[in-house]
Amino acid sequence: MSHATLSPKRDSLRGATLPKWFAWAVAAASLVLGYGISAAAGLDSDIQWALIAAVLFVVGSYALSSKIEGSRQAKDRTATSLVWVAFLLAVIPLASLLWETAERGVKVLDGYFLTHSMGVVADAEPGGGIYHAILGTLEQVGLATLVSVPIGVLTAIYLVEYGRGKLAKAVTFFVDVMTGIPSIVAGLFILSLWVLILKMGPSGFAGSLALSILMIPVVVRSTEEMLKLVPNELREASLALGVPKWRTILKVVLPTSVGGIITGVMLAIARITGETAPVLLLVWGTDFINANPFQDPQESLPMYIYLQWANSGGSGAAFDRAWAAALTLIAFIMILNLVARGIARWKAPR
Amino acid sequence: MDTTTQQTTAPPAPGPAAPADKGTGRGATRPGDRIFLGLSRGSGIFVLVLMAAIASFLTYRASLAISKDEANFFTSFEWNPTGLPPEFGIAVLAFGTIVSSVIAMAIAVPISVGIALFITHYAPRRLGGLIAYVIDLLAAVPSIVYGLWGALVLVPHMDGLYGWLDDYLGWTGLFAWDGGPARSLLTVGILLALMILPIITNVSREVFRQVPRMHEEAALALGATRWEVIRMSVLPFGRSGVISASMLGLGRALGETMAVAMVLSPSFDITASLLDPGGGTFAQNIASKFNEATVMGQDALIASGMVLFVITLLVNGGARLIIARRKEYSGANA
Repeated sequence: MSHATLSPKRDSLRGATLPKWFAWAVAAASLVLGYGISAAAGLDSDIQWALIAAVLFVVGSYALSSKIEGSRQAKDRTATSLVWVAFLLAVIPLASLLWETAERGVKVLDGYFLTHSMGVVADAEPGGGIYHAILGTLEQVGLATLVSVPIGVLTAIYLVEYGRGKLAKAVTFFVDVMTGIPSIVAGLFILSLWVLILKMGPSGFAGSLALSILMIPVVVRSTEEMLKLVPNELREASLALGVPKWRTILKVVLPTSVGGIITGVMLAIARITGETAPVLLLVWGTDFINANPFQDPQESLPMYIYLQWANSGGSGAAFDRAWAAALTLIAFIMILNLVARGIARWKAPR
Repeated sequence: MDTTTQQTTAPPAPGPAAPADKGTGRGATRPGDRIFLGLSRGSGIFVLVLMAAIASFLTYRASLAISKDEANFFTSFEWNPTGLPPEFGIAVLAFGTIVSSVIAMAIAVPISVGIALFITHYAPRRLGGLIAYVIDLLAAVPSIVYGLWGALVLVPHMDGLYGWLDDYLGWTGLFAWDGGPARSLLTVGILLALMILPIITNVSREVFRQVPRMHEEAALALGATRWEVIRMSVLPFGRSGVISASMLGLGRALGETMAVAMVLSPSFDITASLLDPGGGTFAQNIASKFNEATVMGQDALIASGMVLFVITLLVNGGARLIIARRKEYSGANA
């Protein structure tokens, strides 16, 4: 390392600084070194040499910088590289998650896969599809939405338009608490109520009741935020014209905030679509098409992924189907998210 | 259906959060108003009733199971609720849940704070926005997909790290590895860390973004480096926000079911090494034992779910308290 190229420019006011390409040079050097060391030591894992390179980068830039620029700048550089390392450390697995799902998922994902069930297909054989799972997911999520949107929106209206005093405070607090209920606990509650006390069998509806418990607090929270954004002048103008309060809410407040409310509901739907645990406890899953959500086990997309994985016996065909279902599920949720954000952006500025 | 809420004489609070008081209470006498108030208040009450029902049903079923339990519910290592006599305890589950969550937090919190700082203070503005958007979307990836990825991609890739840990840290006993598949609490912790990363990052990012510009510019004007700005103005301002974000993430890690059930190879004992398969968590145990359970077995699982419920309640409640305190604090400064 020749000091001439790193030529510290000294003048009376500024301390020495390293050129901009310094960080990149150290990064490249430590990548090469890290790879070299792991090749020499016979380490075969990608993770290992990446970690070695990361450590080399942090140590190297600190040492060089503290020598030339002084310790404060060196600390700054270390912090910068730690932040970059944190970013890369997280991005690699998360990118791998999306990449593997996309790559392995497209193998069997086609029209046949989307329109057939697993009815007569053995677990380890290729073939079959996710039609029954898509049907089940749509019905369960649809029912859960039907149950939780009215309750959620009305609760939010109560909190924003009427709520004063202890009741409103209690509701706010418990909605917050509900947000944190683990999905498996929601499933257990419906299980103890529905299956053990009412003696009802597994059904899609039981699952959607558990999903509603998870969805209601999300809807309340987002709707509340949206209603709070409606300017008071609108309410006052309407009331001053003699319009009753309930019509003011229905005709003025809700239409003004409807875009945001829809966005919130769609994000809530996206959240519950991927829930597996309550479905596992209450809907059980099946290989056959069951269009009736009120009787007998149903399938859902997350449940399908789990069953394909669990019953595969290590068969590649079942894993392929699981990945394809995972890709379908992610695509569905991402589209919901994107559309919801689109609506939010489109409706936001007035 | 009385009119007390209409007659509150609270002074008109500022801001859109509090619609002006409708005063006279005459509105509530109209039938339409009364019905609408009844409906919306009813929904609010329904939420309370629902929470009470969840707590009481779980307590009821749990007490049925615990009263028949011949072993100590909190300290026993057994899980045999259908045996004669029934014996089960949550010691293993509590251990596994806490250990995996602690590993997850230890990995996820520093990295999330790093990414949040990266997005708000280091990355070019456009890149930062893009990353924030992608991380937002990642928060929506369902846990079952994390589980599938964890079981089929992460577990085989852990061998290198496990071998390394065993070579250099195996003597501690904590990181001893017998060479089996990496379906252990450590892998579960790493997977959980990945799952809660987006949540913690999102909330921390929001908090860091709210740091008053003046604080940062003042520090910069005094000649502070970027790191010194962060240490002196950003982190102190964001500390409580980061804590509450972490607790929200912890709440999710504690209750995570499917990803753990797919990655961990469970057993009812506590191994000294984090790298050996074994152990279990509350949620994982419920999901994997539920199928073969009788009514008594289900009650025992509900009892363990009850414990999980209480733990997550405490964690989330704590997070909310911190957030609420912070709100008042920042409101006073606004």
